[in-house]
Amino acid sequence: MSSVATTNPAVPTPVRRSALGWGLRDGIVVSRRNLIQTLRNPELLFFSLVQPVIFVLLFAYVFGGAIPVPGSSPEDGAAAYREYLMPGIFGQTVAFAAASSTVGIAEDMSKGIIDRFRSLPMRSSAVLFGRTTADAVRLILVLAVLSVTGLVVGWRIHNGFVQATAAYLLLLLFAYTVAWVGVWIGLHMPNTETAQTAGLIWLFPLTFMSNAFVPLEGMPSWLQTFASWNPLSSLVLSCRELFGNPTGQFPGAAYPWPLEHPVLYTLLSCGAILAVFIPLSTRRFRNTTSR
Amino acid sequence: MSAPAIKASGLVKHYGEVKALDGLDLEVPEGSVVGLLGPNGAGKTTAVRILTTLLRPDSGTATVAGLDVVKQANAVRRVIGLTGQYAAVDEYLTARENLAMVGRLYHLPGKWVDARADELLERFDLADAADRPVRTFSGGMRRRVDLAASLVAHPRILFLDEPTTGLDPRSRLEVWSVIADLVREGTTVLLTTQYLEEADQLAHDIVVIDHGRVIAHGTSDALKDEVGGDRLEVVVRERAQLDDAVAALRSVSDAAPSVSPDERRVSAPVSGGSMVLVEAVRALDAAGVTIDDVVLRRPTLDDVFLSLTGHAAEEKSEAPTGRQGRSRGRKER
Repeated sequence: MSSVATTNPAVPTPVRRSALGWGLRDGIVVSRRNLIQTLRNPELLFFSLVQPVIFVLLFAYVFGGAIPVPGSSPEDGAAAYREYLMPGIFGQTVAFAAASSTVGIAEDMSKGIIDRFRSLPMRSSAVLFGRTTADAVRLILVLAVLSVTGLVVGWRIHNGFVQATAAYLLLLLFAYTVAWVGVWIGLHMPNTETAQTAGLIWLFPLTFMSNAFVPLEGMPSWLQTFASWNPLSSLVLSCRELFGNPTGQFPGAAYPWPLEHPVLYTLLSCGAILAVFIPLSTRRFRNTTSR
Repeated sequence: MSAPAIKASGLVKHYGEVKALDGLDLEVPEGSVVGLLGPNGAGKTTAVRILTTLLRPDSGTATVAGLDVVKQANAVRRVIGLTGQYAAVDEYLTARENLAMVGRLYHLPGKWVDARADELLERFDLADAADRPVRTFSGGMRRRVDLAASLVAHPRILFLDEPTTGLDPRSRLEVWSVIADLVREGTTVLLTTQYLEEADQLAHDIVVIDHGRVIAHGTSDALKDEVGGDRLEVVVRERAQLDDAVAALRSVSDAAPSVSPDERRVSAPVSGGSMVLVEAVRALDAAGVTIDDVVLRRPTLDDVFLSLTGHAAEEKSEAPTGRQGRSRGRKER
């Protein structure tokens, strides 16, 4: 069968690039779109910055005096708690960012723009890579505002630039990882309203059943076990160690493996979660409307 | 003759229990405009979504530019443009950013894309608004951005799914003139619409579908001839005279005249051109019927639709059918 001529002299030939190269490039194009959306919606950006700041102030001053941090002397209890708290707030903030990935992708899916993307010869998974990348990039700003707030309430970085950078990078990796979980949830949501609720609920146990706000010692033992293996605990502990803040752990005491090797465990669990949720989300996205 | 630009055979698609397409066959020659006409739920949008690789058929095959829409989906995407019922552009991006993004996702060189965006913005009368976010645009402007986005890569084959649904009459005329220009330049267009007038204006060939299959096919004129010749319509002054009018017109009409009492109107299929009009007026005069209006007209596509499907084209038009179709498609994987 003679096929209809498919080339048009008015159109230059597409740029040649490897499949992976195009995947990355398309992801960048889409994430740029998502970041522009953020900048053009300054109200939303403002409130997403205000929320963690309120958390810092509440926890620092409401709970601060009431929660003793192991290893610190009673007289500097509240000040020690604020130093202990900040990495917890960092961890909580990056985790909760997943909710915006859930809502964002659910909103995209309900709009015509997804049809546009699907009718283009792009890598379809770029929609998801773009979303998660943009969500992680946005967190750089959030972490900066949080850090300044932390400095105001008395939190300090004690271990120097290199270790602090490592802590921030670990936080961003974690943000990127949970963003993929958020996207996977968002792809199962029938509408944006449901996404707003469902995107949040799993984050409460994730962040509160951890060492983010209170030392594990006070928890019942089954909860201690869960919290010890919760990647958020290892993330927060890593940040405490890297920033040089109180860890809430007794020196010399024995802890489960993840809390003995928090950085390694955080890297491993992020890798494992990405290895599961990237393919799951990509497949879900492909099947969702192209059947 | 070259292969058809679009060819579908035996397309079947279910959404759960609902059969959206029931063995649809379609052929669109290169360079022509085919109007896909049908009531809501007839399967128009589903057909377009399959042909544009957004959906996979349950069975049947389709090629676009000779490429299989399932097996060569990415190659198909390279040669088509799609404009749907809802402006598929990003609200927060400006018109220019939208076009630039689409061009880059076609994997075309950035510099060329930027120049092409300028050209399209100019052509669609959007140059002044080019750097404003699309969410500040009127419905007609959004639709033009959407249409421009689907034209970035000079598609040979354009799919327009109800391109003027929800637009005011002026915007509709604007969109029509853009489409007419593209057709003049040789673009093949598959157009779905509920507006018979739109199909009449733009399409060379009309395919009428209902319940997921083709029920009629031909040029607008051929379809009208199929319904019958001309129609004579008389509006009488007094409702009481309707019976007399029917009796008088029986002598000139080909079949029994039909009556719409509320409009005081008698309508009769006739043949014989303008002489019939003279005879009809004489007969009515002889019967003592006072007439307010009398016209001899060609059947409209509305008449065609009514006689083919037994219901009018624009009845039960709950607007967001396409969207429902989409979310349905999403859930019923």
